[in-house]
Order: sequence, then C-alpha cells, then structure tokens
Amino acid sequence: MTTRQQAAASTPQNLLLLALRLRTFVALILVLAYFSFMAPNFLTGANAVIVTKHVALNALLAIGMTFVIITGGIDLSVGSIVGLCAMVAGWLVLNGVDTGLGYTIWFNTYEIVALTLAVGIGVGFVNGLLITRLNVAPFIATLGTLYIARGAALLSSGGRTFPNLGGSEEFGTTSFPLIGTASVLGLPVMVWLLVVVALAAHYVSRRTPLGRHIYAVGGNERGAALSGVKVNRVKLFVYMFSGFCAALVGIIIASQLQAAHPATGETFELNAIAAAVLGGTSMSGGRGRVLGTIIGAFVIGILSDGLIMMGVSSFWQTVIKGVVIVLAVVIDQAQSRLQARVALAQEASANR
Amino acid sequence: MTDHPIGLSIRGGVKVYPGTRALKGVDFDLRMGAVNVLVGENGAGKSTLMKVIAGVESLTEGRIELQGREVRFRNKADAVREGIGIVFQELNLFPNLTVAENIFIGHEPVRAGLDIDQRSQARATRALMARLEQDIDPDTPLDHLRVGQQQIVEIAKALSQDARILILDEPTSALSAAEVEVLFGVIEELKSQGVGIVYISHRLDELIRVGDYITVLRDGEITGSRPMQGVDIPWIVRAMIGEKSKEFPRTEAPSFGEEIFRADHVTLPRAGGGFAVDRVSLSVRRGEIVGLYGLMGAGRTEFLECVMAQHPASAGRIFVDGHPVIERDVAGRIARGIALIPEDRKRDGLVQIMAIRENLTLSSLGLFTRGFHLNLKAEAARALDFVRRLAIKIASPENPVSSLSGGNQQKVVIGKALMTSPKILLMDEPSRGIDIGAKAEVFTTMRALAGQGLGILFVTSDLDEVLALSDRVLVMANGRITGEFPAGTDPATVIAAATPSFLKEPSA
Repeated sequence: MTTRQQAAASTPQNLLLLALRLRTFVALILVLAYFSFMAPNFLTGANAVIVTKHVALNALLAIGMTFVIITGGIDLSVGSIVGLCAMVAGWLVLNGVDTGLGYTIWFNTYEIVALTLAVGIGVGFVNGLLITRLNVAPFIATLGTLYIARGAALLSSGGRTFPNLGGSEEFGTTSFPLIGTASVLGLPVMVWLLVVVALAAHYVSRRTPLGRHIYAVGGNERGAALSGVKVNRVKLFVYMFSGFCAALVGIIIASQLQAAHPATGETFELNAIAAAVLGGTSMSGGRGRVLGTIIGAFVIGILSDGLIMMGVSSFWQTVIKGVVIVLAVVIDQAQSRLQARVALAQEASANR
Repeated sequence: MTDHPIGLSIRGGVKVYPGTRALKGVDFDLRMGAVNVLVGENGAGKSTLMKVIAGVESLTEGRIELQGREVRFRNKADAVREGIGIVFQELNLFPNLTVAENIFIGHEPVRAGLDIDQRSQARATRALMARLEQDIDPDTPLDHLRVGQQQIVEIAKALSQDARILILDEPTSALSAAEVEVLFGVIEELKSQGVGIVYISHRLDELIRVGDYITVLRDGEITGSRPMQGVDIPWIVRAMIGEKSKEFPRTEAPSFGEEIFRADHVTLPRAGGGFAVDRVSLSVRRGEIVGLYGLMGAGRTEFLECVMAQHPASAGRIFVDGHPVIERDVAGRIARGIALIPEDRKRDGLVQIMAIRENLTLSSLGLFTRGFHLNLKAEAARALDFVRRLAIKIASPENPVSSLSGGNQQKVVIGKALMTSPKILLMDEPSRGIDIGAKAEVFTTMRALAGQGLGILFVTSDLDEVLALSDRVLVMANGRITGEFPAGTDPATVIAAATPSFLKEPSA
C-alpha cells in the first residue's frame, strides 16, 4: 500500500529523471529535426554519410577521452598525438626507416599502421607513467606531452607537409590511402573503425572488471585501492587507450588527405572533451558512458554541419557550440541532484 | 575553590538527532579561571555538549546562560561574539598559510575594508605568542611547525577573538610529552588570566593533573560532577561505565581453532622520528574475536594499514594460516585471505557514487569473470545473496550507496570484505557513526562470523564494546602493545594499560 502510494507520488519525478538521463539523446533528435526542417538537403543519405565521417574522428578521440575523464583525469595531448602519428605514418610511407647501415627498411600498410599505433600508445604510456609514478597532475603531464608531441611532429619534417602518400606497389603501401577513403558495404572504413572501437569500448566499460575498476578509481581512488583495485594499472590503461584512439585518428587523416601536416589535430582535444561532457561524462570522475559520448559527438558534429548548410557564420557557430556545452553541464548537475534525491527517497521508504 | 565564578551554565539540555538522544537533560556549569574537565566514553555526548556551547549545534530543549543571562547561539559566529572559542581535535588550519594568516583567517584586520593590515596582524600575532609564552614567528608557514606548535596556533586563533571560554577537545592526542608540558603551561597561564577552560580527554591521569572540576558523562547523562580534590581513576571509571554492561553474548561455546593470523614485529616509522607502530606482534586464532583497544593516536589504525599494505615504509612479517605473506599490494593480500573494514567508510570503504551492487562486488569481481568477460547476472545474484545474508535494508541494489544510512553502508563494507572469503577480518572501529540498533546487528554478525571459523581483529576506542565483544583484549599505547587481557577483565586495568605515562617515558 505504502509502496504503491510512494510510486504514484514520485512518478512525475521519475519521468523528469528519465528525460534528464536521456537528455543527450533528446538533444540529438531535436538538432536532427531542426536541421531536416531548416536545411533542405540535410536529411539525405549522402549527407548523413558525410556528417558521420566528420563526426567519426572526434568521436574516436572522445571515446578515449571518456575513459580518461571517468578515472578523474584529463588528456590534453590527444590533438598532438594525432599530429605526431600522422607524421609518423607519412614518414614511414615516404621514407621508410633508414637503419644507418646503408639500407632502408620499408614497411607495408599493416606494419605502418601497427607502428603508428604503437607510437600513440607509447605517448599515452608516458602520460600514464608521469601521472602514476611521478605524481604529476594529469592536466600538467598531458599539457607537457601536448607540446612535446607537437614539437616532435614539427621537427620530423621541419614544419613541412609530407605530400603524395599514395603509396607504392613495390613496398605494399598502395592500400594506405584506402583507410580514409574506401567504403565497405556502403559505409566508409573510418566509420566501421568507429563502430568497432565504440563497441569494444562499450563492452570494456560495462562487462569487464577493468571497466568497473575505471569507474571505481574515478569515484574514490583511495577506496578503490583499499578494495584491491590496481589503480596505477587502470590509469596506465586509460591513457594508453586514449593514445591508441588518437593514433588511429592520425592514421585516418593522413590516409584521407594522402598527406601529413604537422599541425594536424590542433585543438582536437577540446572537441573531444566537449563531446564527452555533452554525453554526460562528469569531469570530477566516476560517471560517463561510451554511448553517451558518441551521441555527444554527433550533436556537436550535426550542429556545426547543419549550421554551415544553413549558411550561419562560423563565428556564430563557435558561440552556439559553447552555449550548448555549458547548458549540458548545467542540466547534468540538475540531473545528479534529482537522481540522488530519488534514490534517497526510495531508500527512506524501504527502511520505514 | 569557591573563588571560581560560574561563567556559563546549561540547564536541562536535550539534543535529539534523528534516531538518537545525544543529550538527555544535562545540567552543566562552566567555571571561569579554572579547568573544567569533561570525560566520558565515545558517544557519551561530550562532543555534542561542546558543540552546543560553541554554537555549532543548537539545543533541542533547555537553555544556555552566560553570566546569568540566557543566550541563544544560531551559529558559531554568535558564540565567538560572546567570547567562546573551541579547538577541535582535528586541527582546522591551513598548512600553506603563515602563522599570522592562520590566526586571523576570516577576521583579518583591514584598512579601508579591503587591504589586509599585515603589520598590525603580525604585531597582534606576536602579542598573542608572548601571552602564550611561545617563540613562534608570525611569518612562519604553518607546515614548518610541529603538531604541538600548530595546536598552540589554534589556541591563539581562539584567543585572538577575545575568547573568555576556551574548549579544548582532546588537545594532547597528537602531542609529544614535551609538547604536552608546554600546553599545560599555557593552560596555567590562561587560567590565571581568568579564562574558563573546558578540557576533554581520554587520558585519565592527565585529567587529574590538569583539572579543577570534573564532569562525567555517560549515554547523554551526567553521572558525576564535583571539584577535582579526592578524585581518583577508579572513581572516574565507575562514573564513566557504571555498573551495567552492554552484553553481546556468544551463542555457542567458544571453540578456537589453530592460529590463523600472526603479525611479527610490525614496525612503522613516524614522520619526524619515533614509531607510529612499534614492533607489534600479535596473533589471532580461528573463531576468535580479538579486540584491540587504545586511545586516539595509539597506532591501532596504522597497524591495520600496515597489514593491508598501505605503508611501503613499514617493516615486519605477517603470516596467514602459517604461511608468510609476501605480497606487497592490496589485491595480493586480499587474495591471501586478509580483509580490512576501514575506519572511514566514506573516504576508504566505499565508492559513494557507485551502485550498492557494484560496491559489494568491487573486491571480488574475479568470481564472476571468465577470461575478461564479467557475468553481470552472476554478479547481481551474488550481491543480492549478501544483501539478504547481512540483512541490509535497501530498496534496490542499483541505487548509489550514498543513499543508505550509516549502518547499512557499514554492512555493505562488511559484505564487500566477506565476499572475498577472508580468513582474517580486520575491522577498524566497526561501530563508528552508526545507531544503536545497527550496532547490535553488526556485533551479532561479528559473532556469527567468528562462529564460522573466521578470525576477527577489531579496533575500538569504546571500552564497553571491547570488553563485551572480545574473547581476548589487546591494548595499544604509543605504538606498542601494552597489555593483553582475557575476556571479563576489570575495566580499570584496561584503561590503565591504555594510558601512556608521559612522565615515566619522556622518550616516547
């Protein structure tokens, strides 16, 4: 009897909570509906693919960023890792590796991808070591690697672009441009990559001990450590994974443009953070979901593409993007307060 | 002793918290120019009474009179305005600021309402330090000072607001012998200046030495109040504990198995010299509940943390089931059958924003994992099983653990520890911050677990609790084991062992 009354009394509250929980999704639908109505060619298959391609790069970075932020950290270096890895891939396609013994090792596409990913993971590893072993605050550690990686990218070519990364028959690199340009079953390869990485990340976060540990570390590091969670390993993993995602993006961009420019990826880290936050990731750690982040990335992507199609000035776009992000965080705060209240009420009635 | 006027009195003071009556009609007189000692067990209501006087809490019923006129404190600032200062057990200072800045934080002397008058601030600080006969430079950063000096700064902070009444809550718990002497000197000095001092401590010999009047609290009632002449430790203990004792009897006859846990010369150096844990050796047998009693800062918590691999600097050996434990990380020690229930649930025990289920299984995810796949169904089933077994009252295991009451949160922590199938359970103040009903349930659970062959080592500052619950009582003081008693020992002997004698051991 009492429980039924309780349920009835809190129904509007529960509905509101549900709406707030799905807010990113609601935002996505609203943005989609708005532009389908306002921009005539917006809701066509071709345009959807174009938008998705734009979104995919940011979404990939944002997935890595989400894990980092859930642990209570931040990774500012992803944009620079994108640039560095684009240059590494470009260098390997163009120049191979000079052994210094009078001959040069050339790699095929698979090997180049593997090596480049290793570089990205390596930078993430350095981030992780700085943060776990040397106790550098994540913001500072990754700010440092941001500059180092960017500098290394510039040094690799003296600031110039590596052009014509078409690959060569001889070394098995003609497939390199396909990563960013080819399509499989009607979807670009890069979108498939996003799908694979997203599903894997979602799986890890929800259905593995590692995922649970990532949330625990962000929620209460001391408590997690006392429960036997290997906090340092978890942190190392998230920064390495973030580096992996950034390397992937670097490869895709180099392949797509068939050129590698050392300034590639500047300010990408900010877009990635924005997508994660928009998707409900809490900057204080412990909360966030991979799927939310992806939706967040789509909201940002659709917003900017749609505004372009409507002919809104890019200056205004920047303002609108900022407003949306701030709004998202304000709503997020409201949601967590409401959620805590609902849970408290439930527990109070259970103990009556 | 009749020349000590009553400065503040409480008549019929009642304080009700949700679920408990912390004060049950207390009449208390505070005499000026004297040290008013307040003693009682944990949870007896000392802190509540002091918080009422300091304006941190307000009385549910009853009134406070200051020099004969009734006053009402809505907050701490009101009490400060009336000249009441409090020095909490935990120092509320800013290590990154200087001594002068700390003393005048929140009431800085300003010019034109904006600019801090550094010079007058330093001058006032110097004057305060002279009054306290301390040689501390106002510009010293606070973290350069020893804990004892920081305590002095805290006192100076209260005096800087013209405190006529000064409450000291366990001021010596973190001090060395020499620093205690300095503090006593300061207290003498303040007394002669007519300041009324309330002094709370567990160290009975210290109370007898420093006090002029004594008030004993038990379960929110005053059980003794008189001038200090003729008071001895047995009198205090009688007033503190009374004739009754809280019983948590064993349901079955004690049957201890072989030794399950042994610590051998566990040592932890303290920052700044000395030892927080000083060559502690002890053992626990299967099915035995060992109580580790001692005062704040005796090194009990630190000892448990050493066992749980929280202090890389610690030395000594640990055995579980006769095998030496060589793992240096928490996960390894959990795997060996050691489980810790930390003192501070919020900080160390739980991840507040995670669900109850996720907290319960955090230490034992391996049970539900094949390869790297987590079987959520098995996890939920196991979590529900423990919720039922420990009678945790919850609406849904998916709610955040922060929505639970203290007692239920504690049960979640216990459940988490038990899910790792431990052989030895270390419990640090398992009854802290939970109401009486939940306390009894936690104790019953402990009994049941011991009956199943678990070894339990629990730390407590509650004398009743340790005497009623333990099969064997160990007492720690100054980082050392200072006594071992069988169940049913006279409380006075236990208290005596827990009281570190400063005068005999100046090196400690």
